[in-house]
Amino acid sequence: MLGKLTWAAIPFNEPIPLTVSIIMVLSILGIVGFVWFKGWIPYLWREWITSVDHKRVGVMYCILAFVMLLRGFSDAIMMRSQQALAYNSPGYLPPDHYDQVFSAHGTIMIFFVAMPFVVGIMNFVVPQQLGVRDVAFPTLNSVSFWLTASGVLLINLSLFIGVFARTGWLPYPPLSELAYSPDVGVDYYLWSLQIAGVGTLMSGVNLVTTILKVRAPGMSYMRMPVFCWTSLASNLLIVAAFPILTATLAMLTLDRYLGFHFFTNDLGGNPMMFVNLIWAWGHPEVYILILPAFGIFSEVISTFSSKPLFGYRSMVAATMAICILSFLVWLHHFFTMGAGANVNAVFGVATMIISVPTGVKVFNWLFTMYGGRVRYTTPMLWSVAFMTTFVIGGMTGVLMAVPPADFVLHNSLFLVAHFHNVIIGGVLFGLFAGYTYWFPKAFGFKLDERLGKCAFWCWLVGFYVAFMPLYVLGLMGMTRRMQHYDVPEWQPWLIVAAGGAGLIALGIAFQILQLVYSIRTRDRRRDVTGDPWDGRSLEWSTSSPPPAFNFAIIPDVHGEEAYWHIKERALDQQLMPEEPVYEAITLPRNTPTGFITAFFAVICGFSLIWHIWWLVIAGLLGAFATFVVFAWRDEAEFEISATEVARIDRARRAARGIRLPLVERLV
Amino acid sequence: MTGSQLGQPGDARSQSAPAARRLACARSPQRWSRTTRLLHRSMSPARRMLVLGTLLAAGGCSPGVLDPVGPVGDQNRQILLNSVAIMLCVVVPVILATAVIGWWYRSSNRKAAYRPDFVYSGKLEMLVWTIPILVVLFLGGIAWIGAHDLDPAKPLKSNQRPLEVQVVSLDWKWLFIYPESGVASVNHLVIPVGRPVHFSLTSSSVMNAFFVPRLGSMIYTMNGMTTQLNLQADHAGRYLGQSSQFSGDGFASMRFNTDAVAPAAFDAWVAQARQSGPVLDQATYNTLAIPSENVAPQAYRGVAPGLFNTILMRSAPHTKDPLPPAPAASPLSTEKR
Repeated sequence: MLGKLTWAAIPFNEPIPLTVSIIMVLSILGIVGFVWFKGWIPYLWREWITSVDHKRVGVMYCILAFVMLLRGFSDAIMMRSQQALAYNSPGYLPPDHYDQVFSAHGTIMIFFVAMPFVVGIMNFVVPQQLGVRDVAFPTLNSVSFWLTASGVLLINLSLFIGVFARTGWLPYPPLSELAYSPDVGVDYYLWSLQIAGVGTLMSGVNLVTTILKVRAPGMSYMRMPVFCWTSLASNLLIVAAFPILTATLAMLTLDRYLGFHFFTNDLGGNPMMFVNLIWAWGHPEVYILILPAFGIFSEVISTFSSKPLFGYRSMVAATMAICILSFLVWLHHFFTMGAGANVNAVFGVATMIISVPTGVKVFNWLFTMYGGRVRYTTPMLWSVAFMTTFVIGGMTGVLMAVPPADFVLHNSLFLVAHFHNVIIGGVLFGLFAGYTYWFPKAFGFKLDERLGKCAFWCWLVGFYVAFMPLYVLGLMGMTRRMQHYDVPEWQPWLIVAAGGAGLIALGIAFQILQLVYSIRTRDRRRDVTGDPWDGRSLEWSTSSPPPAFNFAIIPDVHGEEAYWHIKERALDQQLMPEEPVYEAITLPRNTPTGFITAFFAVICGFSLIWHIWWLVIAGLLGAFATFVVFAWRDEAEFEISATEVARIDRARRAARGIRLPLVERLV
Repeated sequence: MTGSQLGQPGDARSQSAPAARRLACARSPQRWSRTTRLLHRSMSPARRMLVLGTLLAAGGCSPGVLDPVGPVGDQNRQILLNSVAIMLCVVVPVILATAVIGWWYRSSNRKAAYRPDFVYSGKLEMLVWTIPILVVLFLGGIAWIGAHDLDPAKPLKSNQRPLEVQVVSLDWKWLFIYPESGVASVNHLVIPVGRPVHFSLTSSSVMNAFFVPRLGSMIYTMNGMTTQLNLQADHAGRYLGQSSQFSGDGFASMRFNTDAVAPAAFDAWVAQARQSGPVLDQATYNTLAIPSENVAPQAYRGVAPGLFNTILMRSAPHTKDPLPPAPAASPLSTEKR
């Protein structure tokens, strides 16, 4: 009846997971209870859970990412403290638990922090920058988000019911095969990633379609803000690469569930095939994450230097070059597998070639700041810190693209330091810059700058203190994923690294404090004009937060930096543009389809993990029924009347009009 | 003579002076910890950082890949340092330029010229594409030549015939078979100084990677496949060996000592091994293959003929059940290599 699920799956005899799960369950119940008590459930259901508005979906993606950042970071703290203690001692985490912790840390940080954060910001910003009302397929967007949330729920369930994978964040066979990982850990990994992966793929299709087909009149490709370009590249990569992940994981699933032999040792299976396939997805994945971050930096640096982006065409060319090249380098993740010298050399050189367009971008950001008036707000601090930190990470990356250097650095803590250097110093700094930069647009008030700067400094210093020792340890020969070790020279550096993780924890605490404090004092930090940073692209032309339809009248774009030129003209003439003729706007109706589909997806995933076959069928039928009901719906859209549109937009124009004579140009 | 006796200073006296110093370095992990202990005592944090930094920059006595003891490791290090030096030529100016430009063009500095129209310059575009391309051309050359020179499968230049060692990674220990002398050992690798060693590697079950940081390059071990690696130790000493590819719960215990000893001492070790310990026949191997951790180093006086090939040809079973009885030893003994 319940498949493999028994009481033995609950970790009654392991205090750490048990305590954590009890705390998590209690806090979730607490939050739900609080929301219920306050009577906010109908509001949340109406305005958020069933929303198909790209802004709401984007915000929910970001909230999901931030919550999971806390989970992934607690894993990081556990790893750093374990290694700081584990010199000639077992530390406090036994191997079977430690192995789950680092596997979960990697999986969560990539799939459930970085990905949803990136997708969330793209969702929120891209349609606004393109001057349109929503993404191409709004309901699909909501389904994508809720499927990602299903993956998150499943991976967190593994904490309380059963175990998580003990294979590392990429489950290399044969270790991940049934012979060596007979428990449900790898199955949790497979199904939470498959379900979230479907969501990501659909989101990729959605945003590619939006950028290629849904743009404001006059918004030609070469007038799109660079963030839209990098989003396009990133989503093209999602569309091209995620099917590889899905297929690879499906093959491993077939091995584990139906006794296939794609990657087993025996009967013709070949684990090297898995390693190749997973990195054929895995390397583009790196660029799926970093390209949108590059886009964010381009927007932020240009805005806060009060200058257009230097070398726009070069930036576009570099973005698309990275997009293509990222598919040609996957083998550099396993130079040590024994491929021939020619193969290693070709992939090494190909990897280095990617650093050319990346280098061009760095130079162009520098020249954007050159001759500017640089305002050091929090987003700009993240960006400058990124430029200096990222070149170090890039350098160590290119170093490991040299096969003979990789032969001694592969799988060492040097590698761990390298990819944290580019993912924290690149992706995460970018996402934090974007979060602070677009927060007022999403919620209508600015985040507190002082606390933001405290958070920034803790993160920056913490990052260096945590990861520079790891470079040293890698050079000292320390391998990653060690539960204990007996080399005394390693311990001092690991203790320093643990201290760095503590500083980062402080940074996260400041970020939470910043959010709470800013919300409590939101009335005095209102952004009434909708353009708090003197922005240059179209999202700043709407009010903050923008109305559901974004633009009362779809803008007509006449050049690069669409909004900057409108604003310049208005300032020159000290006049707002003439009031347009308002028309009624049709928008897609909210729908619970995404939420209900996700509900059935969780049931399906959970019952597949535990081999509860009747429940799998029930889940699939439920999901299909949801789809049928949605497909046969009668009313897909609703209308906002012209008077309502006029009322909303006149308020925005009034706020801007008042500000007109007050704006001082820096010239 | 057992492995623990091999690291006695007596072996070192015949070495040249610098080699002896390095040997002392290799021999005594205490020296490094003494240094760190010294650092912890009575020193301001700034001074401590400085000293640590210098130690690091000098390669000091670090037990890692920056202090190699053989030709492969030497070249790995040389290529690593050259590549870093080349890249620093660009990276340092970029970091400095970011700091200087970021500082000078701060909005409060009214002396800085504001040039909002400076958005394109053909010459600069040319420059920003050229600099990285030149660096990559240069580095690409290093990578290409290095990948060929240091191909793990490529025999090392030497006037001595390489010593053959067969390596099997098991859950969770290392088995070293010496086909030429018919001995084997678990979790203890002994090699003669100054003579190339040719490793053929495979795995009994999951993937691992064979890595002795101070000797240089690592290589994966995979079930049903052989990988090749050529290494050489030029200085006697005891070096840490480990698996660098995660292989399950006992992964952290997959460590072994590598003793590089003078040729005469190596012969003595082989002779000693031949006279003691059990024989590694199929049954002993089957027992050894059962997952276990922290297995004490152990030598075998004999090895079933062709054992490595038998391990190689028979894929690991699909379950963790004990291995089936061994087939008759293959006539293709690897000893004929």
